[in-house]
Amino acid sequence: MAGNVWVLAEHWRSKVSDITYELLALGRDVADALEVDLQAVLLGHNVRSLAQSLGAANSVLYLDHVALATPVPETFARALASAIRARQPRAVLIPLTNVSWEIGTLLAAQLEVGYINACKDVRQVEGKIQVRSVLYGGKMEALVNPGQLPAILGILPGARPADHGRTATVPLVEDLTVDLAGTSCVQLKRYLESEPGDIDISKQEVLVSVGRGIQSRENVLLAEELAGALGGAVCGSRPVIDQGWLPLSRQVGKSGAVVKPKLYVAAGISGAPEHVEGMKNSDLIIAINSDPQAPIFNVAHYGITADAIDVLPALTETVRSRKKEVKSRAA
Amino acid sequence: MKIIVLLKMVPDVVEELEVAADGQTLDTEFLRMIASELDNHALEEALLLKEKHSGTVTVVALDAPEVDDALFTALAKGADQALKITDGNGTPSTLSGAYRLAQTLSTVPGLLPADLILTGAQAIDDLDGMTSPLVAHFLGLPQLGIVTQVSVNSVAGVATVLREFPGGVRGEYEIQLPAVLGIQAAEKPPRYVPVSRVQAAMKSRVIQSVHVPTAADGGVGLSPVEEMLKPEVTEHAQMLQGSPEEVANQLCEVLAGRGLL
Amino acid sequence: MLPDPVTVSYLGVSGYFYLWLLTLVSFSVFGSRVLRHFRVLSDARPENRWDHVGKRIGLVATNVLGQWRLLDEPLIGVAHLVIFWSFLAYATTFFGNLLRGLIPPLGIPYPEDLRWVAFCMQASGVLGLIALVVAAGRRYLFTPVSLERSLDATIILLLIATVLLSSLGSAGFRALAATTGASWQPVGNSLAAIFASLGVTRSQAPALFLWTWWVHMITVLGFLAYLPYSKHLHLLASPFSVFFASLETNKLPAASEGATRLEGFTWRQLFSGLACAECGRCDRACPSFACGEPMSPKQFIHHVKELLLGSGGGLAAGNSKKFLGDMVRPQDVWACTTCGACMEVCPVFNEHIPLVIEMRRKLVSQGDVQPCLQEAFTNLARYGNSFGQSERKRAVWTQNLGFKPKDARKEPVQWLWFLGEYACYHPALQDITRSLARTFRTAGVDYGILYEAERNSGNDVRRVGEEGLFELLRQKNTATLQQAHFNDLFTTDPHVYNTFKNEYPDLNHGRHSVSHYTELLATLLERGQLPVARRLSYRVTYHDPCYLGRYNGVYDPPRAVLQALGVKLVEMRRSRRRSFCCGGGGGRVWMEEVGQAHSRPSENRVREAASLDGVECLVVACPKDYVMFTDALKTTGLEGKLFVKDVAELVEEAVAV
Repeated sequence: MAGNVWVLAEHWRSKVSDITYELLALGRDVADALEVDLQAVLLGHNVRSLAQSLGAANSVLYLDHVALATPVPETFARALASAIRARQPRAVLIPLTNVSWEIGTLLAAQLEVGYINACKDVRQVEGKIQVRSVLYGGKMEALVNPGQLPAILGILPGARPADHGRTATVPLVEDLTVDLAGTSCVQLKRYLESEPGDIDISKQEVLVSVGRGIQSRENVLLAEELAGALGGAVCGSRPVIDQGWLPLSRQVGKSGAVVKPKLYVAAGISGAPEHVEGMKNSDLIIAINSDPQAPIFNVAHYGITADAIDVLPALTETVRSRKKEVKSRAA
Repeated sequence: MKIIVLLKMVPDVVEELEVAADGQTLDTEFLRMIASELDNHALEEALLLKEKHSGTVTVVALDAPEVDDALFTALAKGADQALKITDGNGTPSTLSGAYRLAQTLSTVPGLLPADLILTGAQAIDDLDGMTSPLVAHFLGLPQLGIVTQVSVNSVAGVATVLREFPGGVRGEYEIQLPAVLGIQAAEKPPRYVPVSRVQAAMKSRVIQSVHVPTAADGGVGLSPVEEMLKPEVTEHAQMLQGSPEEVANQLCEVLAGRGLL
Repeated sequence: MLPDPVTVSYLGVSGYFYLWLLTLVSFSVFGSRVLRHFRVLSDARPENRWDHVGKRIGLVATNVLGQWRLLDEPLIGVAHLVIFWSFLAYATTFFGNLLRGLIPPLGIPYPEDLRWVAFCMQASGVLGLIALVVAAGRRYLFTPVSLERSLDATIILLLIATVLLSSLGSAGFRALAATTGASWQPVGNSLAAIFASLGVTRSQAPALFLWTWWVHMITVLGFLAYLPYSKHLHLLASPFSVFFASLETNKLPAASEGATRLEGFTWRQLFSGLACAECGRCDRACPSFACGEPMSPKQFIHHVKELLLGSGGGLAAGNSKKFLGDMVRPQDVWACTTCGACMEVCPVFNEHIPLVIEMRRKLVSQGDVQPCLQEAFTNLARYGNSFGQSERKRAVWTQNLGFKPKDARKEPVQWLWFLGEYACYHPALQDITRSLARTFRTAGVDYGILYEAERNSGNDVRRVGEEGLFELLRQKNTATLQQAHFNDLFTTDPHVYNTFKNEYPDLNHGRHSVSHYTELLATLLERGQLPVARRLSYRVTYHDPCYLGRYNGVYDPPRAVLQALGVKLVEMRRSRRRSFCCGGGGGRVWMEEVGQAHSRPSENRVREAASLDGVECLVVACPKDYVMFTDALKTTGLEGKLFVKDVAELVEEAVAV
C-alpha cells in the first residue's frame, strides 16, 4: 500500500464532481508510470455509495465522519492527513476547485511537506514525479520536482478528459476510521442558490459569451441578438457579472458554471484560466478579441482579431440571412 | 476591532515576462511588481469593516520592488498602519512569498493578536500554496477562502461569511474569531484614492520596517523549480482574416458545416 | 401749458411726495437686494480679476456696448442691440426726469424738451418696440431650444413695452397739448395726430400726459425694484461679468480642493448665476445637451442662481443644500466634454466649465469615480498611458516604419515630435502616425521622438479633476523634456498642444515653441519643402478640433494645408469657433456611456458632414476625432457615404511619389 498514488475524490451535494474523474485519469497515468497502485480517497458522511463510480482506481479508501458532512477545508485536510500518515502514499492529487480549494495547502502544511499548486500535468521523469504548473495567469509554466514525499499536488481542471476516468468497473472499498476530535471553528450554515427563474446555461447548445471587450452594458444586446439568431443564450465571464451587465446565473468559469455547448462564441474575452476552465471542452469555440495575443486563442478553434462590437452584428446579419435562405430553399 | 491585511507584490503581467538566464526564475530587467489584485479587494473589505465596526487596519507586506507605493496607497485609502518585513538579503524570490509571510507573521512584535486577517483568495504566483490557509495553519487559526461577504458579530466573536461554490451557489459559513479569510471579492469595488492623497501619505506617514532574517534552509515547504518556461502553445485557433462581413461569411460556412445553422 | 406732475395734487397730496415715496421704496428694495447679493458673494472664495484693466475695459466696450457675441444669432442680435441702446437712452432720460421731479430747485428741464434728446428717444422708442415684437415673436412663436416662455420673461417684455409706449404716448399728448409744433418730434407729432383723430381734444391732452408720465415713472421704478429678483438682474450684473471675465480662453481654475457647496466656489464662478439672462445659447452649443443628456450648461448656471438667491444671510449660515448632490447629480458633472462651446458663445462671459471642474475635483478627492475612470487613472499613474499598456510599447509603431526616427533623448534634433498616447498605442491610428513620420522625413525635417519616455500630457486628466495625477505626469514629462535636446516641439494631438502651450510653465517657452503638426505642414507646403506630386480632387469638410481651434485659435493652418493639396473644402455651418465637439474630450473617452443621451455627439457631427452637398470626406486633425468619427460612421450607417481622413493621410497621398 505504501508508495501509491492517491486521488482525493471530490464530491459535492451528493454528486461526484467531474474533476474527480479527470484526476483519476491523470492518477492512472502517473501510477502506471511509477508502477504503483492508484487509490481514490473518499471523505464524507454517508456517501459510501459514491465510491461505486470510482472504478478507475484500484481501490477506494472511504473515511466516514459526521464532521465531514459539509465542506470545511481544515477538517478534510486533517482527515486526509491522518490517512496519509497511516498509509504513506507517494503522491496525493487534490482537485483545485471552489469545493476543495484550500485542502492541498493545509494538508501539506500539516504534514510539513511541500505543496505544488496549479498543476496542469504530472509525469514521471527518471522514476521521480515531475509536475508542470501554471504561473502568472498562464504567462509562464514551471517544471517542479516535489522535494519531499508524499508529493501533495493541486491539480487544475482539464488535466485529462473526464471520460478517461469513468468506468463501469466497481472498485473495492476499504473503510478507514478517522478521529476528528473537537468541534470545528468553521461551520457551514446553509447554501444560497443562484437566482432562480433564469435559464440553465449548462444545458444550452449554443452560447454567446461576453467579456470586458464588449465595453459596455448596451453592447450585451449585440450578443443577445446573435444568440437569438443562433437559437442559444448569452453568458459571460466574471468581470461582466461583477459589473452587473449579466446576472450571476450567466457566469461561466471557476465560480460559475462549467459548460460544454456545441458552439461557444467568446466575444471580447481574454481567456483567463478561471474562465477557460469553465468552457474549454465546448465542441466548437470561436473567439473574437482585438488583442492577437489573448490567451483565448490558444483554446479556441477559430479566432478573429477584431473588435467584437464590429463582428457580432455582422455575424448576426449573416446568420439570419443564411437561415432565411435555407428556409426559403426548403419551402 | 483589529484587522490585518496581507499584501503580496506579484509580477505585473502588463509587461512581457521573460525567463532569466538561469532558466528557473523571471528575468528582472524590465520586471515590474504590483500588489496582487485580490489583495486590493481584501484591503477594501477591511476598510469597509473598519467603517462599520470601527477599529484599526494594519497592512503587512514582504519587502519587494514597488511595495512602498502599494503600502502608501493603502495608508492613503484609510489603513492605520503599514508594515514591511525585510530580510536584509535583497529581494526575495517572487514565488516564496506566501510561506515566508506565514512563518514570519508571529515574529513581528505587537502585530498579533488580531481579530481578522484578510488577504486575497489567490494570487498569480501561488506556486507553493495560497496565503490564507498557510497563515492560518502557522498561526493556528480557523480559515476560509473564496469569500465574498463578511459580517462580524464582535459580541459573539463570530463572523458570518459567504464562500463561492460552483454554479453561482454560495455557502454561508460561521467562523469563530480570530480567523483568516481569503477574499475573492470585496462587497464594493476597491475604492479610488487620488494621487494627491497618496503623495501626501508619502510625506506624512511612515512605513515601519521589521527585519526578520530568512531561515537558512530557505524555509520549509518549498519545492525547487527545475525549470521555468514560456507555455508551450500546443494548439492555436485558426485565424480568420478580413472585414467583419467577410469573417462572418467564413464563420457561417464553418457553422453550416457543423449543422449549427 | 403742460402741468408739472410733481406739482399736481392727488388726494390732497402733492405729486412731489408721491414721487419721493415711490423713489425711496423702489431704491431701497433694489438696494437691499443688491447688497444681499454682495454679502453672499463676499463669503465665497476670493479670486483676483483686476489684472489688465485696459483689456477688460475693451471687452466691456465690445461685448456690452457692442453686444458683439449676440450678433452670432443675427436677427435677435440686432434686435437686442436696439433694445439695449434704447433701454440705455431711456434709463438716462428717466434719471433726468426723476431728478427733475425730486429736486425741482435744480431746474433740470424735461429731457424731451431738448431737441436732439427727444428725437433720439422717439426714434429709439419706435425701433425698440419693433425689436420687442421681433424678440417676443422669436420667444413665443418660433421658440429656439432652451429659451423659456417664462413668466419672468413675459413680465420683462411687457414692462419694457410699457416703458416705451408710455413715453411715446406721453410725447404724443405733449405734442397734442402744445401750442407750437416741433419738427424734431416726428413720432410725437404723428401720435398727436392719431390721438386727435381718435377724438382726444386738446384740453384732454394735459391730463392724459400726466397719466402717461406717471405710468412711465411708476413702471420704471417698479422695474428697478423687480430687477434684482428677476433674470433681468443680468442688466446690472453683465457689465461686471464681462469686466471680470477670464482673459485667458478656458483657463482652468487655480488648483483647489474642489467644491460641492457654494462656499467652495470662487465669487466669479458664482457671479455667473447673477449675470445669466437664461438666453440658452450655451445649451444650443453644447454637444452633450444636443444628444439628449439632461445635463445642460444653462441648468448648471441656473442652479447656481437658485442657490445664491435662496441662501439668506451669507453662504455658510443655514445653507443646508449641497450644490453637488442636492441640485446637481454626479452624472451630470461627468457628462461635460469641456469643449468650451458654451463659454465661447455666452454673451455675458459666464464660466460654466470651471464649475464643472471644481465639482469633478471634489468627486475625485472623495474617490467617487466610476470604475472605468478609476482604471484609466490607475493606468495613467502606473504606465503613463490610459490604455494600460507597458510604457515600453510606446514606440512599437516605429517597427513597421522602415527607418528609425532619431531619439531626442540621445541626440540633438531641431524638432521634438511629442506624439501623445493615442497616436502611439491606438491600433487604428498607428498607420497615420507612420504616414506623418514618412512625410516629415521626405520634407527633410530634422525631428526626433522620445520613445518610451513619453507620458500622457495630462490635459484630459486635469479636466477630469485629478490634479495630483496631472502634477505627476507633468513632472515626469517636464523632466524628460528638460533633458532632451531640441529647439522646437510639435505634436499630433491638440490636447497635448493645449496643455503644453498653456499649462507647462517650465517648458521654457522662450526657448521652445509649441506647434501642432498641421502648423508645421502648412509652413513646409508654403515654403515648397513638401512638393505636392498630385493634387487631390476630394470634396472635403474640415472639423476644427476643440483644443486646437476654440481653445487656441488655430483655424487657418490646417485649411492652408488642405488648400495646398488641392481638395475642395466645404465648411460646415458649425465650423471654427462654433465647431461641434466629437464628444471625446473632458475624459469622456475613459467613461462608460451611462447617461440618458439618445445619440452621440460624434454621430451628430458626421451627419452634419454627410449632409453637405457632394462632400465625401471628413478631415480631422486630432487622433481622438479620428477614432470617434470612424466609430460614428459605423453606428450611423454612413460608412459608404463618408470617409474620415486625417490631414496627415491626405498629405501623404498628395506628396507620395
